[in-house]
Amino acid sequence: MTKIIVDGKEVDVPAEYTLLQACEEAGAEIPRFCFHERLSIAGNCRMCLVELKGAPKPVASCAWSVKDCRPGPNGELPSVVTKSPTVKKARNGVMEFLLINHPLDCPICDQGGECDLQDQAMAFGVDNSRYAENKRAVEDKYIGPLVRTSMNRCIHCTRCVRFTAEVAGTADMGAIGRGEDMEITTYLETAMSSELQGNVADLCPVGALLPKPYAFKARPWELGKTESIDVMDALGSAIRVDVRGREVMRILPRVNEAVNEEWISDKTRQVVDGLQRQRLDRPYIRKDGRLVPATWSEAFAAIATRVKATTPARIGAIAGDLASVEDMFALKSLLGNLCSANIDCRQDGTKLHPANGRGSYIFNPSVAGIEEADAILIVGSNPRKESPVLNARILKRWRMGGVDIGLVGERADLTYSYQYLGAGAETLTELGNGKGFAEVLIKAQRPMVIVGQGALLREDGAAVLAACAKLAGAREGWNGLAVLHTAAARVGGLDLGFVPAQGGMDAWAMTRPGALDVIFNLGADELEIAPGAFVVYQGTHGDRGAHRADVILPGATYTEKSGLYVNTEGRVQYAERANFAPGDAREDWAILRALSEVVGAKLAFDSLADLRKALYAAHPHFARIDAIEPGSINIANAGALGTGAFTSAVDDFYLTNPIARASAVMAECSALAKGRLQQAAE
Amino acid sequence: MLDDKDRIFTNLYGYGDWGLKGAMARGAWDNTKGLIEKGKDWIIEEMKASGLRGRGGAGFPTGLKWSFMPKPDPLRPSYLVVNADESEPGTCKDREIMRNDPHLLIEGCMIASFAMGAHACYVYLRGEYILEREHLQAAVDQAYAAGLVGKNNKNGWPFDIYVHHGAGAYICGEETALLESLEGKKGMPRLKPPFPANMGLYGCPTTVNNVESIAVAPTILRRGAAWFSSFGAKNNAGTKLFCVSGHVNTPCNVEEAMSLPFRELIDRHCGGIRGGWDNLLAVIPGGSSVPCVPAHEIIDAAMDFDTLRGLKSGLGTAAVIVLDKSTDIVRAITRISYFYKHESCGQCTPCREGTGWMWRVLTRMCEGRAQKREIDMLLEVSTQIEGHTICALGDAAAWPVQGLIRHFRHEIEKRIDDYSANPHNDTVAPLAAE
Amino acid sequence: MSVRRLAEEQPASFEFTPENLAWANAQIAKYPEGRQASAVIPLLWQAQKQHNYWLPKPAIEKVADMLDMPFIRVLEIATFYTMFNLEPVGRFFIQMCGTTPCMLRGSDEIKAVLARRVGEQKMVSADGNFAWLEVECLGACCNAPMVQINDDYYEDLTAENFEKLLDDLAGGRPVHVGSQMGRRSSEPAGKLTTLTSFYGDDGRSGPASDKTQA
Repeated sequence: MTKIIVDGKEVDVPAEYTLLQACEEAGAEIPRFCFHERLSIAGNCRMCLVELKGAPKPVASCAWSVKDCRPGPNGELPSVVTKSPTVKKARNGVMEFLLINHPLDCPICDQGGECDLQDQAMAFGVDNSRYAENKRAVEDKYIGPLVRTSMNRCIHCTRCVRFTAEVAGTADMGAIGRGEDMEITTYLETAMSSELQGNVADLCPVGALLPKPYAFKARPWELGKTESIDVMDALGSAIRVDVRGREVMRILPRVNEAVNEEWISDKTRQVVDGLQRQRLDRPYIRKDGRLVPATWSEAFAAIATRVKATTPARIGAIAGDLASVEDMFALKSLLGNLCSANIDCRQDGTKLHPANGRGSYIFNPSVAGIEEADAILIVGSNPRKESPVLNARILKRWRMGGVDIGLVGERADLTYSYQYLGAGAETLTELGNGKGFAEVLIKAQRPMVIVGQGALLREDGAAVLAACAKLAGAREGWNGLAVLHTAAARVGGLDLGFVPAQGGMDAWAMTRPGALDVIFNLGADELEIAPGAFVVYQGTHGDRGAHRADVILPGATYTEKSGLYVNTEGRVQYAERANFAPGDAREDWAILRALSEVVGAKLAFDSLADLRKALYAAHPHFARIDAIEPGSINIANAGALGTGAFTSAVDDFYLTNPIARASAVMAECSALAKGRLQQAAE
Repeated sequence: MLDDKDRIFTNLYGYGDWGLKGAMARGAWDNTKGLIEKGKDWIIEEMKASGLRGRGGAGFPTGLKWSFMPKPDPLRPSYLVVNADESEPGTCKDREIMRNDPHLLIEGCMIASFAMGAHACYVYLRGEYILEREHLQAAVDQAYAAGLVGKNNKNGWPFDIYVHHGAGAYICGEETALLESLEGKKGMPRLKPPFPANMGLYGCPTTVNNVESIAVAPTILRRGAAWFSSFGAKNNAGTKLFCVSGHVNTPCNVEEAMSLPFRELIDRHCGGIRGGWDNLLAVIPGGSSVPCVPAHEIIDAAMDFDTLRGLKSGLGTAAVIVLDKSTDIVRAITRISYFYKHESCGQCTPCREGTGWMWRVLTRMCEGRAQKREIDMLLEVSTQIEGHTICALGDAAAWPVQGLIRHFRHEIEKRIDDYSANPHNDTVAPLAAE
Repeated sequence: MSVRRLAEEQPASFEFTPENLAWANAQIAKYPEGRQASAVIPLLWQAQKQHNYWLPKPAIEKVADMLDMPFIRVLEIATFYTMFNLEPVGRFFIQMCGTTPCMLRGSDEIKAVLARRVGEQKMVSADGNFAWLEVECLGACCNAPMVQINDDYYEDLTAENFEKLLDDLAGGRPVHVGSQMGRRSSEPAGKLTTLTSFYGDDGRSGPASDKTQA
């Protein structure tokens, strides 16, 4: 710790702190534009100038470390002044320069009301301009479907350039030209290729880069803001859902250092229009091969008739990828009351099973733990597609240096370089003899084996898991087996034991022709159910599941209900309800509660609070929000490794679930990405 | 006046052979091994004692700069980088060294590299110097062929020298921008600290020196610090290449002793001021970035760092731009202002926005199409740039404007009066934008 | 400096000639391993030279691939450094120095000649011979005014000798590179004031004068 005086007040801060941090520690506010905690220091906006005693001119506090300050001639502590006339003049001057070429179009700018330039001009600027020349005009650029540009407003802070180079790893953006003609753009106005590109709009301190789909839709002060959790992948990013009336207007990231830092993927952010389209807003019943609208009581009656006529062994339930823990708990309880053993939450057929211990199906080292790993093996996964924000964390680790990364599976551009070890199970077998990259893992203090669903949903999935667990080894206080899920609901389902009970069928078996007579499908849209069975589809969108349904019960999306989700690390997270489901659609637990009464298998809770009480009694760890319940690994009867290449479980990042498939924005992104892929192949 | 025997650049004009043979005949590469054998401490002490101040403009003591290099570390090799990106308007001295006496530079690189523990040296030439690059490269090839440089050379210090070039960017003359450019990036100056001596080229310890500073080193070491420091006033030691351009009868480069009076420099070498001494208006004594000095102040001033600083100007690169009374002084400074606007890298706000602002106001003032209050505003804008930027280009852009207003405010006011005395259709100044 | 964009019409592809490719690889070898990006300016320059002194898009991409750099980084370089011509520049590309030292010595007259004979800046003349651009200080201030035509400096210009120079270039006649008034380099015109003990008053008669040079 080093002592330093800020505005006459002595503070003790770590030597590597910047003056800006030290000033904040002392309670002095420092304006800034280019500085961002998670990006490299550019020091170019010059807004954060402060006076350092002994320095000939004001210094940029964002770039000057406390350890670079020299003591005074008589050994006095270094002294920083943030409120002197010199500093005020410097700030006024910089502010004036920033504004001379900035258009006065705040009334039509989407950034208005949440603009750093507006705020800081109020706080640190002067009230008029002496600039009598023409303002600079800059052509707007096309940089992709998600970010709209208004380049007259750009203040050249280069946050977006640094973000795409350092966090996204795609180096999409740059600043061409020089001097006052410097322009921010992508290479010849091609679309950005990153799955994290939407974040540049958040980073832009002015209205130069703005979310395109949200253009001119709303003003920040008219939005209701609700803290929630993202379900587009299994990372469980912290989000804020902004709602006007019943409509979700936008989704923004919240800071959660342990999970998403402050980034979210483009799917998380821009799936918003998918929440409106293709919605199931009333119950339907299939009559003469066609789905016709019905009332809730008609739909329930139709289900009750079928259920009552069916023996429990011929009834089953499958939970999909977006279900909350409460929904699955209610469905599991219902099937329990109906005395059926046929339940499964693994529509993709992954061989993960709670019987192997919680440690066998979570990302044990934790997402933040990636930064501590010194060797990383990726097996059967493309983290960039399966969880772009997690992939950014791997890139962050890689950029720190001193880490070996190996890959078994499909070659892909992961934004960092890695050692390609092989395509599939044979490579894992080879690694089993402790040679090559296995040696790197053995020598590592903090080895990490990231195994994706692509390698686990195979016949030999359990053997792959066992092999990965073995490669990850065991270290004191460190479990390197990192299972990367693709579904937000999966870990919660496994925690609940939403897998076939003794003698029950799994999802694959249930969907075979003639296997069952009644199937409750809770939003499982990624699998095909063979003709024959009577399917009750409870979900939100007119997707594959709804098309196969005999009765449709309209449910609520993740923004429309309060619920628990467990992310790939096993972290229990709570999402608040932000808006209401459309039309007759209802929250899913309530639908199941009402249905249970009609089918004669009444659930023992009348409110969400009661449900949670029962849930916590059965599974106490769900009550510990934001905590990770550690687990052991006991994999028995894994079987032998097979042969063949691993493929990633996610083919098209933009279209992994019914909400995303309903989104026009995601469709456009998907088409662009396919085009890029094709171009690269040529 | 300096005797020919005390001149270091004895082939300054290229009348002799610029190749190795000619250079050796003039004394280059003479017992370089012996100098190296005296050890790096001796070299650095000798350089300090010689009083040589950097010839690139800032005038930082060269010996002291060399002493900042940390101890050699095999993981972080040290580098010498020679700044041959000579772009300061008025300056054209390094060009003559590289095309007419390149071996002085190469030998200097070897000795300087040895003194700071560097085994590799990059010489960064401005891209436009194509002939100079060819000469320097040919001289480097000769030195390799003769075993004077290279991994295993006769001078006993493994040493590689590479010629690199830019492609048209004044800012790359700023040492950290030069390093960025040498790393294959845009020439945008880095934040300091860390200084290049700790984190320079490729993150390794690096010293960046001007061509002239390096090229004089071997001669200083051979003839002794006392010889070199015997020229010039205290703290302004040595001989110096002066580049005299503008309104003199015979513009030229010339090596002279420091602290030579301006009048003597011009009369002796440049054939006097065009139209006689009474016709002298002002002088920009150190390259375009220093403020101009009016005639009566400069005529008898000694041409050295301290005297010119006392005149609120500077010696800079000793590029003396002479302006006679036929000069449109407002336009001359406006053109310099345009230069800085053109060459601003655009990285930091005050310089990116301010240089264009100053140029635009000055352009109007050239015609008198301005308000008198704008003169003070212009001055204030220049002080808003000065000292608030990452590198010194902001200062360099501000100083000429400040010099103009300091000494020639009456000229600008006269323009404005003349303009408003005549009928015009357009307004004097555009209405202030919001 | 103005906004710089790539030319509208671009060739379909760009490949270095075998000699230039070998040269490029030698350049890359000058820099430590993993630092090949350092060679970007020399490579782009050579590409430009090979391609009639202007830099096409496929060359930018080719160099980026050779140095393992993202395209945008190379585009940044190509637009930041003003010696990269992004559009065709004619057979003789004239860069006229217009900065103050040249301005003081009469670059306005040179500019007037160019405006009259060649036309607007950045436009190739109708015969395809010339294009011109006012550039910033080229570092030959003691020989002002001056221009650079393709690789060579032409100094000590007057309207007359510059017109003749242009005529000779256009006519394919030999021209003298450097001073157009007979100076060897930047010595004072007429008589040497220094180094006379080596080269005599005229530079050519002293004991050290290089007799092999004219």
